[in-house]
Amino acid sequence: MSTDSIAWPGSESHSRAFVDQLHEWIATVDHKRLGIMYIVYALVFLVIGGVEAMVMRIQLIRPHNDFVSPQVFNRMFTLHGTTMIFFVAMPIVFGFGNYLLPLMIGARDMAFPRLNAFSFWLSAFGGFLLYFSVLGANGLYGAGNAPDVGWFAYAPLTSLAFSPGHSTDYWTLSLLVSGFGSIGTAINIVATILCMRCPGMTLGKMPLLAWMNLVMGGMVLLAVSPLTAAQIMLMIDRYLGGHFFDTQAGGSAVIWMHFFWIFGHPEVYILIIPAFAFISEIIPVFSRKAMFGYPIMVAATISIGFLAMSVWAHHMFTVGMSSNANTFFVLSTMAISVPTGIKIFNWLATMWGGKILFKTPMLFAIGFLFQFLIAGLTGIMLASAPFDWQLGNSYFVVAHFHYVIVGGILFALFGAFYYWYPKMSGKMCSETLGRWHFWLFLIGFHLTFDFMHIPGLLGMPRRIYTYEPGRGWDSWNLIVTVGVVFQSLGVLVFVYNLLWSYFRGEIAGSDPWDAWTLEWSTSSPPPAYNFVAIPAVLSRRPLWDLKHPDDPDWKYE
Amino acid sequence: MSPTNIFAPASTPADSIFGLSLFVLAVSAAIFVLVVTLLAYCVIKFRKRPDDDGREPPQVYGSNQVELAWTVIPVLIVVALFMATARVIATVQNPAQPSSTIEVIAIGHQFWWEYRYPGLKVVTANELHVPVSDPAHPTPTHIELLSADTDHSFWVPRLAGKTDLIPNHPNSTWIDPHETGLYLGQCAQYCGTQHAKMLLRVYVQSQEDFDRWIQQQRQPAQPSTVVAEGQHIFETTACINCHAVAGTVADGRFGPDLTHLMSRDTIAAGAAPNDHEHLRRWIENPETIKPGSLMPAMQLNDRDIDRVTAYLETLR
Repeated sequence: MSTDSIAWPGSESHSRAFVDQLHEWIATVDHKRLGIMYIVYALVFLVIGGVEAMVMRIQLIRPHNDFVSPQVFNRMFTLHGTTMIFFVAMPIVFGFGNYLLPLMIGARDMAFPRLNAFSFWLSAFGGFLLYFSVLGANGLYGAGNAPDVGWFAYAPLTSLAFSPGHSTDYWTLSLLVSGFGSIGTAINIVATILCMRCPGMTLGKMPLLAWMNLVMGGMVLLAVSPLTAAQIMLMIDRYLGGHFFDTQAGGSAVIWMHFFWIFGHPEVYILIIPAFAFISEIIPVFSRKAMFGYPIMVAATISIGFLAMSVWAHHMFTVGMSSNANTFFVLSTMAISVPTGIKIFNWLATMWGGKILFKTPMLFAIGFLFQFLIAGLTGIMLASAPFDWQLGNSYFVVAHFHYVIVGGILFALFGAFYYWYPKMSGKMCSETLGRWHFWLFLIGFHLTFDFMHIPGLLGMPRRIYTYEPGRGWDSWNLIVTVGVVFQSLGVLVFVYNLLWSYFRGEIAGSDPWDAWTLEWSTSSPPPAYNFVAIPAVLSRRPLWDLKHPDDPDWKYE
Repeated sequence: MSPTNIFAPASTPADSIFGLSLFVLAVSAAIFVLVVTLLAYCVIKFRKRPDDDGREPPQVYGSNQVELAWTVIPVLIVVALFMATARVIATVQNPAQPSSTIEVIAIGHQFWWEYRYPGLKVVTANELHVPVSDPAHPTPTHIELLSADTDHSFWVPRLAGKTDLIPNHPNSTWIDPHETGLYLGQCAQYCGTQHAKMLLRVYVQSQEDFDRWIQQQRQPAQPSTVVAEGQHIFETTACINCHAVAGTVADGRFGPDLTHLMSRDTIAAGAAPNDHEHLRRWIENPETIKPGSLMPAMQLNDRDIDRVTAYLETLR
């Protein structure tokens, strides 16, 4: 058992054999190393998913293009969606949660370190399995490659009759396996937050990031099970003579949709709530003010957690539900916009009257605010079911959810990277490179995703490998593809920044941002045991209290 | 000028949606302008000045009044949006169907559309003909939506919102186009390899033209000795396993009905124009026009392809 700080190559312990260092990482149960492994894993898949997107965008740059065949294109959008949701967004959220939570609540590790490691390796194996399909899915039928059924794999397209070979099975199994990993991590997150807070840190005094991860963990536990159940039923249909979703034998295609979306909708909240958490840590520090309305932020997050379980069929407005059912889901979907929307006001109120520092994390946070607002508004448009009867399943929806996931979640993640990289590595990222990253990516994002709404409004459905000229879609698709160039450059600058800063960045020290939560009270990077002594806290901002003994938070909270 | 613009409605369902969309867009635009103004104001007014004194600004932890206000107002906005939406759902999903309604059954296939007019005894494929509807004396078309295989979706933006065709789950939609013309759309639910080329063409005609079209579609194929050889090849190769030609032995239903093939402007569900070159190429090898289509290349020699094409070109 090593009591050293994390062994980074180039640090004082580089004299240990490489094999030993590798073994330490593979066998680790330390939440910080597992967090970093989750994050690196997600970044690798981010690049892979990005390449898949590039292939699609090149194919769609003009009508009747022949860059790739329809078969390849259909695999691209299936892999892109599956990879980005399950092997980029989920792992990265778990990675940051794993790394930060024990540090922010004054604990030495997560509640169940070995479960933590097991969950990571399960999730990692799932990603490997998905991509092994390219080689392994060619079964007895001589048919099969990577899955091509879309990331939500609607029945009965996934039945053996319409998807022979094993490509669908790789989709099913890779997600089944990583789903167990997600449940393991969610158990860990919930138990850690509920049971391992340091003395004085009541639930009402823990950082917003902890509250948000608590709600996220609870949602994972509720949402992943229906997906797992549906996948088992699909395997039974395909191989054990079942007919759950086999419409030729009286089964129900719509039931698959219900199971999938009861998972799928909470899933997207599972992804965005941690993004809210990052923003809720970054904006106060870079505005030099306490978070405005902490109790309401907590209440709003909890209500989002509950409401998110009630909106799923807004993904099914076109499947022919009754007018009563459609109306109910309109109501629940519009209702959830209230707790989500008022958070934007709370963040603005935090900035109001502050002294805003435009460091890279704050640039990304401001981008998040602007883009999440727009994403929320296009969401309201989609929530209005008749409007969705036109907009649904078109490029308008694709633009909307990329606006949330890229414009919202990814921007918040970039902010989180720049904010906590000094803590994880001990070095500051280059501000200059950070600014290049931000502006390149911002331009590319808006070129692609602003203009992507328009083909949707002009009737372009999603998941088509080519399209007809003369429908008014051509120029917009061209602009959308051009934006990809800028986004890729931005990501390249980002990756270069991470690497360059590791070797050449300024030494960060324990608290480079003059922040207020517990992770900044220990060294950068933290020792394996996190804190020399477990801290005791009196308020939500323990370091503010230490820095301002004449004016501590606990007098006002 | 896009033929598939959702903001250019030509039929009541699309009209109702358009009206609602303007309201929703207006509310969204107002919220956007307000919040972006506040964001811009914050970013400009409250940035750290170069001559800053280094002290932390006043710490404000919250304000009950402000937070109540910005909760109540969004709730009211949601109520207004919801009520407007509920109204349109009811009018579009539960319309009154006058007795003059034309009934059509649309059956989605991988990757083509089958249309049956049960009352008018017509079976056709890929190009839907409906009569124009005068708002004073409406003659809407009600379309029952079924599927023979996977999920599809019927989306002609200028006529109505999309409704899915789900096997074992009958749906329906309706249109009452106010102006004659050709309306375009395509399948909007991923259904397999050639989802992208499952195009929709709706021909809205005057009542007289529509009646004439119906009469013509009801006729069986007229026999012709000139193309007897082509017909013979068609009927003894596997063509008739999938295709039907009324009045002959061909009665396959897996593929489109070809009785009046030459009355259509396109083939392969809109993927190619219906001219000699494309028809011949399609018969020779469908993969060259629609790779992944379920029609196999029958490996006919050139002479036989010419003969079959000539036969099909008599099916008016």
